[in-house]
Parts: sequence; C-alpha cells; structure tokens
Amino acid sequence: MEEKKEINNQTGEENPSAKEVSQGRRDALKVIATVPVLGAMAYGVYRKKKAENINRNAAGMFRFGNEAAPYSPTSSGAQVIRLGIIGFGIRGAQLMQGLGFATPEYVENLIEQSRINSANTRYQDFAEQEDLRVEITAVCDIFDTYAEDAIKAGANIHREGVNGTPGTEPRRYRHYRELLAAPDVDAVVIASPDHWHGTMAMDAIRAGKHVYLEKPMTWTVPETYELRSLMRSNPHLIFQLGHQNRQIEAYERARQIIEKGLLGRISVIETGTNRNDPNGAWVYSIHRDANPKTVDWKQFEGDPDRIKEYMDYMTSAGLSKYVGPESRDKFSLERFFRWRCWWDYSTGLSGDLLTHEYDAMNQILHLGIPSSASSSGGIYFFKDGRTVPDVLHTVFEFRERELTMLYSATLASQFSRSRKIMGHDATMEVGNTLTVTVDPQSEQYRAQIEQDVVKSGEPFYTYIPGKSVDAVSTATEKYFAERGLLYSFISGKRYNTTFLHLKEWLECIRNGRQPSCNIDRGFEEAITAHMGTRSYLEGRTMYWDKDKEEITRE
Amino acid sequence: MQSSQCSKLQQYALFILRILIGWYFLYEGLAKVFTPNWSAYGYLIDSKGIFAPFFVQLAENPALLGAVNFINTWGLTLAGLSLILGLFTNTGYMGAMLFLLLYYLSHPPLLFAEYILPVDGSCLWIDKNLIMLVTVAVLMLFPASRAISFDNLIFRRSK
Repeated sequence: MEEKKEINNQTGEENPSAKEVSQGRRDALKVIATVPVLGAMAYGVYRKKKAENINRNAAGMFRFGNEAAPYSPTSSGAQVIRLGIIGFGIRGAQLMQGLGFATPEYVENLIEQSRINSANTRYQDFAEQEDLRVEITAVCDIFDTYAEDAIKAGANIHREGVNGTPGTEPRRYRHYRELLAAPDVDAVVIASPDHWHGTMAMDAIRAGKHVYLEKPMTWTVPETYELRSLMRSNPHLIFQLGHQNRQIEAYERARQIIEKGLLGRISVIETGTNRNDPNGAWVYSIHRDANPKTVDWKQFEGDPDRIKEYMDYMTSAGLSKYVGPESRDKFSLERFFRWRCWWDYSTGLSGDLLTHEYDAMNQILHLGIPSSASSSGGIYFFKDGRTVPDVLHTVFEFRERELTMLYSATLASQFSRSRKIMGHDATMEVGNTLTVTVDPQSEQYRAQIEQDVVKSGEPFYTYIPGKSVDAVSTATEKYFAERGLLYSFISGKRYNTTFLHLKEWLECIRNGRQPSCNIDRGFEEAITAHMGTRSYLEGRTMYWDKDKEEITRE
Repeated sequence: MQSSQCSKLQQYALFILRILIGWYFLYEGLAKVFTPNWSAYGYLIDSKGIFAPFFVQLAENPALLGAVNFINTWGLTLAGLSLILGLFTNTGYMGAMLFLLLYYLSHPPLLFAEYILPVDGSCLWIDKNLIMLVTVAVLMLFPASRAISFDNLIFRRSK
C-alpha cells in the first residue's frame, strides 16, 4: 500500500492520517463487496432448488409406498430341501451357483481372480451368498464330464477351491427317470435342452417332485396343455419357471406405475434382443472329451411322444424343410452342444429370448396370451447350417387390451435398444432402472406442461432400485445405476436374480405358496412363444382362440 | 505490506481469480449439500491409475465412505467460503489444493484411462484439476491475492 504515516499538522501527534482512514474504509468496503458474491450464489442455489422442488412436487404423482416385502434371509432352522439337478451344462452350472454350489475349479478360479484384482469381489460374493438350506443329493447329465463336475459341485458344500474338504457326493444317475425315482430327492432343477423341458417336468410331477424348470416351458404345443393339467391335478407340488426377471425390483415399480395409470392408455410396447457374438448366437464351444462313449446320444434324441408331436406338426404344416437336416439318431457333437441352432431340439429366438421379454411385460402388464402373432425374419448372418433364424421380428396383438407388443431381435448387432412402453401420456423405458418421459401431447399432464411444471420430452421420473428419493437424482447417479454400479452402494449388498428366483421357489416349497412364475404364467409364456414360432415357420399370422384355448390359423 | 509490490490492476486480477475459484468450490460443495443421499461412491469406484486401489478401498468401506462424503461436502463448501470472503485464506488455499490433488490422483488423465463420466475436454497427463491446483498455489504465494479480504481487515486491526 502506498500510504505513509503523517504527522497531524494541528496537534503534532502521530496519528493515522485521514488518507489512511479513508483507505482503510475503502478496503473494508471492498471486502464487504465479496458478500454480494455470496448473495449471488445463494440466489442461484435458491433458483435451482426451487425448480427441482417443482419437479419434485410434480413427482408426487409418482410417489409410491414401499410395497415390496422386506428381504428376509432363509432361517438357519429352515427345513433342508434335497435337490436333484438334471442337466449341468452352461445354465445348469449357473443355477447350481445360484443355489450355492460350484466345482472347486470354478471357485479356485474366482479366488485367483480376486487375488489378481482386489476390486473383483465375485469370490467374496459367492462365499458370502446366503445358505438356502438345500442339499444336492442327486445329479444327472448325459455327458460324463458334466455329470462328474455336477458331483464335485454338489459335494463342495463349503464353497472351497481345489484343496478343500468336500462333503458327501451326490449320487449320479445315468437316466433322469432313475433320478426322479430316488426317494432322497424332494425337488428337481431342470436345465436340459428345450426338447426335454416339458417331458422331464411332467415326469418329475408324476414322481411327486417339486419342479424348477428352465425356460421356455415347452418344446411342442400339445405338451403345454398336458403339463398344465398335470400341475392342476397336483396343486401341492410347487412349480417355478426359470424367468428370473420376476425378481427385478424395477419391474415391480413399473407395474405400479402402469396400474396407477401414469402412462395413460398404452398402445405399443417395444422389446428386443441384440447380441453380436458366436456365444450369443448359440455357437457354444465343443468339449474335447465329448464323444459317442461319453455322451448318451440315445437319451439326447428325445422322448418318443414329443418327437412324434413335433414331427406331426412339422409334416402336417408342410414344414419338413425345417426338420433335420441330419437324421436324429446320427451322433453329432455340434448338435449336442449347439442344439439351440436346430428346431429338432430348440425353440429358436422365440423360446430362448423372446420369452424373457414377453414374461417381463406379462409381469408388468398382466398381458396374458396375445390374440395374434405375426413373425418374420431369416438366417441372415450365421449361415452355419442352422435351421432357426438369427433375425426375428414378431408382432403380437392384444385386441382386448387394445395394444401391440413388438419383439425384434438380431444376433448380429449389439446395439442397445431399450424396452419401451408407450402410452398416450408418457413413455416408460424399462431396464434395471426406469425412466418415464411425459408426452408433449399428453392430456393427463396438460396443465403441468403448460405451467412448465413438467417438461415434456425429457425424462421426468427415474427410478433406481433401492433408492428412497427417486424423483430427482443427478445424471451421475443415473449413469452409474444403469451400469449396475450402484447396487452395492444402495443396500450394501447386491443380489443375483437367479439366486432370488430359486430362493422364492424353495420358500414356496416350505410354506405352500405360489411362486411368481407358476404354471399359469408358464402356460401363457409357452403358448405366446409357440404362436410366434409357428407364425415364422408357416409364414402367416397365428391366432389364439380364447374360448377353445387353441392356436388357430384364422 | 508485500502486496504493495503489486499494482492495483494485478491486485484486482488476483482478487477476481480468488473469487472465481472460491465460487467454483462453494457451488461444488453446496450442490452436494442439497443432493439427497449424495455419495462419492461412484466416483471413487471408477478410480484409475496407481492410486486406484486406495480410492476403491475408501468407496468399499462404509465408514470411510461416510467420512469421505462428509469431508467432501463440507470441505468444499468451507474452502469456497474461505476463498470468496478471504477469511482464513491460507487454510482455504491448502484445503482446496488438497482436494484438487486427490481428484487428480484418483482420476489421472492417463494415456488409456477411460472414465465412466467423460472428462470435460481432451486431456493428456495434465488436466484442469492439476492446472487449478497450481493456480491455487500461485494465489497462495502472492499475498496480494489477500489484499482485499477479511483476513486483511481483521489481522491488520488486531496488530
């Protein structure tokens, strides 16, 4: 500073000069000038908060009670359920992991991964996964290597790596019917190829076992009715179809949003599957130990009654070109491991992937069976001798509900297409999170749009599972949630949906309740998928005669 | 005072720089104060580079994460207030620099690092956090930046 001390001319005393005082005042004023900066900030924050609060008030329409039952772990005194596992392929192994069982080699690999990368918590998650109070007493696989792996997984009761101490080994049965006859099996988990699903489930019910069946429920249309009537006459047995999407928390909220009428009248639902790798297109690897000696091809071929139903339909509808091309009794490693590529064993995109999309929408909207299905598509990319299409589109009409559900799939592009439920007032995108966007032409929200309370065309409501405050959240949070990064933050624990779905089935066995994907939901799933498949194969629209409960051609 | 070595214009420039950086910090803090359930979890878990294990560990320990959230929210707010008002400015500068250093180390702009939240602009090794860190250091080393400050008023009077 430039000022200097001056002598006061009048008093001769050494005093702060007038100049200095005024400079001090000026400095003080300048300092006080920083306070309005804070005022500006406060004003900005206030404006921003106010805008958010308006949005939050509007979000009152989207307020829900916490209707979901709180998560209750399996009690340590719960009755132990003795399980038989039929099929220990890719999905069978995943289901066993959901139950808390894996081969020591698998666990060792998880341990190794967590050793290399401490951020990888898969081993910890698996080790800490809740004990579902089950015992694996029986396993069956028609490929020796898989059967031996299933035994090792079933015996690995402490979830240890290769140097652990296994428990009692489950017994291996060479034929699934022998497994079903075993008295020490209360319930079975079936993860066989599609052409065996219905038959095995029916045989299991006849043997008095509870059933967890992988989707799709059936391979032929006739067995769909048969399985349902068998289940109806055995109401004490618990049947769960393996659509684990039933456990996704966001879907439950989606259902509430629709039931409240917040989307307005829904006219179109858009779903799809996009994959772009050989594994996604069912070109699975062929195990080097597999050969006619280690694979029971005879059992793989299928149940004679089922094959007859299949052949009857294919020939009567003039679809012989889709049968084979190889003879059913000819041993083929390709057909054994990549069975999804041939109608002889498979239900194609319709049974494998459309069913997931349909069941999710059936869960959210209680759609039931569509009044018609029209499909088209073709084998456009994987020209590897398969008979099932790799591109498929099916349009389902729900005449009574006055809405259409589109399904569009390709196995040759991984572009992400979100599931959309489009209503007159708003559209909801459904994934692990939910996003609702208000329609500019909405009548329900017209007043709010005019008052600028709701901005149409922009995501208005976002639901992130597990969060209590869901109307306003930052872009960052949404970003992380959509990538599944938020779960462990929210509840401190992330649950695998397959585990939850199996858990629900086991709980229902213990308390006699009906699981979420029971035989009626399964019947709807199977018939819907069959309508889509038949429409593709026959090249014409398939209809559902609701009164006769029949798929018809007009 | 040392600040007399600076011209008025230089003084005002430093003053404005201090206010702007203070504003930036204050709003970062307030935005977190007013976001319900705000957490640094996502940011920390996405850390890259040699210090990543440390930041990931912070995210995964609920107690530590709670502390990180609290320190971030209120630390940023206080640093911002300190810089704007020029009150306890040196402490404010030190705090601001510490935050910036941690942000830089947790999300270093490495050659092949990709973050979930895209970085604003294109950066290689040097990013805006680092630049601001040095800027704050410069402010701290030029006492003229405190010529207009509550510190200046208070501490001059108490002399």
